[in-house]
Amino acid sequence: MKKNNLTLIILGIILLIFPLVIRSDYYQHLIIIAFMWVVIGSSWNLLAGYTGQVSFGHAMFFGVGAYTAGILFTKLGISPWWGMMFGGIASMMIGLFVGWVCFRLRGPYFALATLAGGEIFRLIATNWESLTDGMVGILIMQTFRSKIPYYYVALALAAVCVYSIHIVMQSKWGYYFVSIREDQDAAESLGINTTLYKNISLLISSFFTGMAGAFYMNYMAFIDPQVVFSLHYISIMAILVGIVGGVATIMGPAVGAFVMVGVQETFRSAFFGLAPKWISESHALVFGLLVIFVIMFLANGIVGDWSKIKRNVFKIKAPG
Amino acid sequence: MALLEVKNLTKAFGGLKAVNNVTFSVEKGEILGLIGPNGSGKTTTFNCINQFYSITSGDILFKGSSIKNLKTHQICQRGIGRTFQVVKPLARMTVLENVTASSFCRVNTIKEAQKEAIRILEFCNLTKEKDKLAKSLPIGGRKRLEIARALATKPELILLDETAAGLNPSELDEAIELIKKIQNSGITILIVEHIMKVIMSISDRIHAINFGQTIAEGTPQEVANNPAVIEAYLGEEYAQD
Ligand SMILES: Nc1ncnc2c1ncn2[C@@H]1O[C@H](COP(=O)(O)OP(=O)(O)OP(=O)(O)O)[C@@H](O)[C@H]1O
Ligand SMILES: [Mg+2]
Repeated sequence: MKKNNLTLIILGIILLIFPLVIRSDYYQHLIIIAFMWVVIGSSWNLLAGYTGQVSFGHAMFFGVGAYTAGILFTKLGISPWWGMMFGGIASMMIGLFVGWVCFRLRGPYFALATLAGGEIFRLIATNWESLTDGMVGILIMQTFRSKIPYYYVALALAAVCVYSIHIVMQSKWGYYFVSIREDQDAAESLGINTTLYKNISLLISSFFTGMAGAFYMNYMAFIDPQVVFSLHYISIMAILVGIVGGVATIMGPAVGAFVMVGVQETFRSAFFGLAPKWISESHALVFGLLVIFVIMFLANGIVGDWSKIKRNVFKIKAPG
Repeated sequence: MALLEVKNLTKAFGGLKAVNNVTFSVEKGEILGLIGPNGSGKTTTFNCINQFYSITSGDILFKGSSIKNLKTHQICQRGIGRTFQVVKPLARMTVLENVTASSFCRVNTIKEAQKEAIRILEFCNLTKEKDKLAKSLPIGGRKRLEIARALATKPELILLDETAAGLNPSELDEAIELIKKIQNSGITILIVEHIMKVIMSISDRIHAINFGQTIAEGTPQEVANNPAVIEAYLGEEYAQD
């Protein structure tokens, strides 16, 4: 316990001073994006990993959060920083609706509905031009020219998100979420209102994901439907962050976020320009291979299988 | 007034009436045994009592008021706990976590829930296994975990569905002892059991069904000597002998 706390404190200090030491915009940008993925991955994990309700459409919540912040600014002049709050709330409303429709039913309805939901919202954002400017997207002025303020906002959001989920998972709610995942019928017979608690899990998850979306609007200052409602850049990536890091672990998605952003960037940039250009085209393929690797060798993700990783790495290093 | 009254309960699956116009009641403090051959509708009766299945017709009263329009979790909150014949452990949670999750039915803080869970585990003789994953328990342990989880919801009435099936003789004695302990702690019990040794030795009264219909009710002695029961269990010829 003590050792863990110490690790966390050291990690916290490193993260706090990082942008003051590493002045490169490029590296600061990567870490900001990773923080954002910590939020999305952890939110996805709360719902899918802990509660057993697998979402294939977290882009829906991300995009709604981003568009809420963007539209409130372009149409009503409300600061997109306020938009982070409203973005979270708007995503929660969408979550409430999806949960209300799907969670009374058993079976794959929720997974399918989220998959469809992400696409539906992409189409709405594309076609409702008077509200969203359609394919043109929404462009705003960035509040800060330096990346450092964004860095600290993203860090704070990630820390609050992970810590909140940690607290929730140690409470009655957390026990109920996992019970529902393990056996919904047993949970119901043991006095757990499974419909209600699945909805609570979804609301928390969609709220944080919406905030991450609104943060993205603030930070990138530009969104369009193809990006923020993207199935593979957002929804699938959320799943990958979760399973690579380790589902149903608190730190798993945080680790997964950094690994996945690293992998994505390595391939996008064709190994930072060292490899031939076509490598960057193959990043979808690499994602696929990575998933196969993780499922075969690290079924519980990096955090879930940490002791296994340590053991194997140690064995390789030990002489004889 | 009986604690639980099952009135003209009928449950049909398509054309099959798995439970057909069954009426019985459970008095506070007693152990009522529900017996019948395989497929006679015992588990279905349990599933109707806690609204795991919606009932086709009839009514179920708990402490005098109808519970047939409540949801399954609300029935548990009212004070009816149950176990499953086919055990449903929360596999990737530890034994302690399984029972703690149930304790939250009555308390809100993790401290209280854990304290209650530890007490229940002691009561069910599961303390030694408390940190094991539920899926790693052998069948005897899983059956006791089913009971422990139901007890942790602090029920007034507990429905036990074949909690002694698959146990070895020494586990069987333990199970009988546990059921008696539950009764002594003031909890009313409705129990389904195939093993005659168990059901005859612990029940205050027995209700027998076959093909979803009542065939006998009375003390264990009366029911054991009832020709309809003997026939149901051993076939017609034996009854005529
Ligand atoms: N969900 C269901 N759908 C359709 N038929 C069912 C269902 N559940 C039970 N039945 C049928 O209802 C009848 C009664 O089954 P039930 O499980 O209640 O018997 P039981 O008395 O508990 O038997 P056992 O001693 O084998 O546990 C059986 O014919 C069974 O096939
Ligand atoms: Mg049965």
